[in-house]
Amino acid sequence: MTSPIALLALIGVLYATGVYLILERSLTRVLLGILVLGNATNVLVIVAGGRAGAPPLVGTAPDAAMSDALVQALVLTAIVITLGVTAFLLALIHRTWTLEREDDLTEDVEDRSVRRRLARGEQEDEEELDTTGCESTADTDPDDTESAPDPAPVTAGTGREGAP
Amino acid sequence: MNPGSSLLATLMPLPVLLPLLGAGATLVLSRRPTLQRALSVAVLTVVVVIAALLLVAAVQNGPIVVTVGSWPVPLGITLVADPLSALMLLTSMAVTLAVLVYAIGQGVYDRDESTPITIFHPTYLVLAAGVANAFLSGDLFNLYVGFEVLLMASYVLLTLGGTRSRVRAGVTYVVVNVVSSLVFLVGIALVYAAVGTLNLAQISTRMEAVPPGTALAIHLVLLTAFGIKAAVFPLSAWLPDSYPTAAAPVTAVFAGLLTKVGVYSIIRTEMLIFPDSEVTQTILLVAAGLTMLVGALGAIAQADIKRVLSFTLVSHIGYMIFGIALATPLGVAGAVFYVVHHITVQATLFCVVGLIEGVGGSTSVTRLGGLMRASPILAVLWFVPAINLGGIPPLSGFVGKLGLVQAGVVDGSAMAWVLVAVSVLTSLLTLYAVTKVWVLAFWRPADQIPVPEEPDPAADQDDDEDGADGADGDDGEDGERAARPSSGGLPGAPAPRTGTLTGVRPGTARTIAGAEANTGAEVDWPVARTAPADGVPLLSGRLLGAPGDRVSRRLPKVMAGATGALVALGLSLTVVAGPLYAVADQAADDLVARTPYIDAVFAQTVDDRVAR
Repeated sequence: MTSPIALLALIGVLYATGVYLILERSLTRVLLGILVLGNATNVLVIVAGGRAGAPPLVGTAPDAAMSDALVQALVLTAIVITLGVTAFLLALIHRTWTLEREDDLTEDVEDRSVRRRLARGEQEDEEELDTTGCESTADTDPDDTESAPDPAPVTAGTGREGAP
Repeated sequence: MNPGSSLLATLMPLPVLLPLLGAGATLVLSRRPTLQRALSVAVLTVVVVIAALLLVAAVQNGPIVVTVGSWPVPLGITLVADPLSALMLLTSMAVTLAVLVYAIGQGVYDRDESTPITIFHPTYLVLAAGVANAFLSGDLFNLYVGFEVLLMASYVLLTLGGTRSRVRAGVTYVVVNVVSSLVFLVGIALVYAAVGTLNLAQISTRMEAVPPGTALAIHLVLLTAFGIKAAVFPLSAWLPDSYPTAAAPVTAVFAGLLTKVGVYSIIRTEMLIFPDSEVTQTILLVAAGLTMLVGALGAIAQADIKRVLSFTLVSHIGYMIFGIALATPLGVAGAVFYVVHHITVQATLFCVVGLIEGVGGSTSVTRLGGLMRASPILAVLWFVPAINLGGIPPLSGFVGKLGLVQAGVVDGSAMAWVLVAVSVLTSLLTLYAVTKVWVLAFWRPADQIPVPEEPDPAADQDDDEDGADGADGDDGEDGERAARPSSGGLPGAPAPRTGTLTGVRPGTARTIAGAEANTGAEVDWPVARTAPADGVPLLSGRLLGAPGDRVSRRLPKVMAGATGALVALGLSLTVVAGPLYAVADQAADDLVARTPYIDAVFAQTVDDRVAR
């Protein structure tokens, strides 16, 4: 099987772009990253089917000259699945936006409470301020401090009431 | 073909088909809740019966193979029920059914507006169809489709209600799973490029001709995809972040089933497609050890019971991976038995946590206490599966761990011995984690729950919210998450504001539990009315946490009944451990030998041709 270099290069570029995008904290970019990764994978599946040939209609061409129709069926399925997931993810992102007015992925609440409790436990004897505890853990997670000045406290009060 | 096998062949697609048709029907019936519930239960009951028949047939006569649409084997989609598939199917569907009954009980009990029950039933059935499809699939791409079906349903179930915490967890969950599915698809593309087929049996025969380097690359891609889904250690961080936010029945069924579908896929790939792969066996052994340890240590650090259980879930995946990595009949049999045990026990525990939340108003051990006195039945329901998970001798958890340890000892390599040590240690750590919950939430008298004045580090958390870093917007959620039932709270209930709540909570606790003079005047939710006159202290957890007027020391009957059934199922695994282990042994022998599976699939082609 010969591999079309152009397609392989395209796949490589798409994967690189996609991985870069899903590592972002902004959810919209993550979504874009997933779309790009999905397309990269679809092209990969097509390439896995071998060289393009004649239309796979029995009788119009010798069997050996036909394209592999199976991979195209697989990719169709994969595209439909990606479409569904994308729609759902868009809805989630929209929901995040209505609730929090921000597009960034927030951190898990329990994670931070556990971390804070541990930090507090360590510092109990030293009788330091709470804020010091947070800052000392900030080394391991810079986003903790980064998200602090956000206007979340103002909007959170209304957004948190949950479903209307 | 004899009539019996043709009957079974007719039954084979039904575990996938019935729930899907049921999903459509329940969607149509969304305005008739009673009918909807009855239909869902009926569908799953039938599926359980079919799964039982398939298991009996597969154990007695070997794998049952059906090619959908009677295409000759390498072309069509193949469904295979070998002892492993059938056993997984039966266990998972039984648990799914029990959890469905539990969920119905909760829906009736809560009358919860924010959880749209009408959506719940169809989605739940789709989930069941996806799980069944994944277990029965004899085709790599169909396995992928099965995964996608169950994942799609799980996305919806996880974010039911669309509350803040669930949406946050949902985003992580969806993104991680989509990525893992893409990795799986890459694996499928590579397999197809290498061997030109996606039929599992045919892949396994053709993979032998593929150069070892290529085979290893494909193997690792597939392993990564399944490792994410099964939550094996370096790929497990998503699980404890996303599961605990969901509604109790949803978490229960996720914990029971979803990771196990990943484990099942790992078993299939390891045993059928890539046997005797030294490199990955070492990788899997290391991953298994780390999964066990990291999970167990994580469980100990947590205060929220749901998170404790999520971490033990991760931790115990390590046991199954250990058995698979040994790749001996003994090891695989241990792993198979352990999967069955773990599906049951983990789902049970999450159901019990739902009950704890209903009775105690919180799932955090820092806010719970006195549950044993308040509800002895609940205590029993927690205690039995908890020690089962920890591996106390007569129970099935012990049998599974013993089997794995034996397999490790028989294997005798240095790594295997290390893993044996780690698994025993993990068992102890698990026991410690669940016993901590037991001691704090059940044994500790209600009036000893720490209040913010005391210099208890755990309770200090409340101060924190009012304190300096309370300015951080999300911090207030600590209190809120615990204060609200995860199902979203009652409509019309006073919104728990962290500022006032932290002031009220300790006082309220004392009012009831400590019998102080305080009349609870500052309590602004109806719970104060229900303070009992007979002097029996109400659960302070409920008083501390959930606003609402459903305070009752009685467990909701249906939920408790379903949980009780699950506990009984867990116990019955102990009673039938002998025969069950024999089935696991047979499944493992078939898996290691590979030929029963492959022969059965290819024999189907001949049968079909003869039939024509």
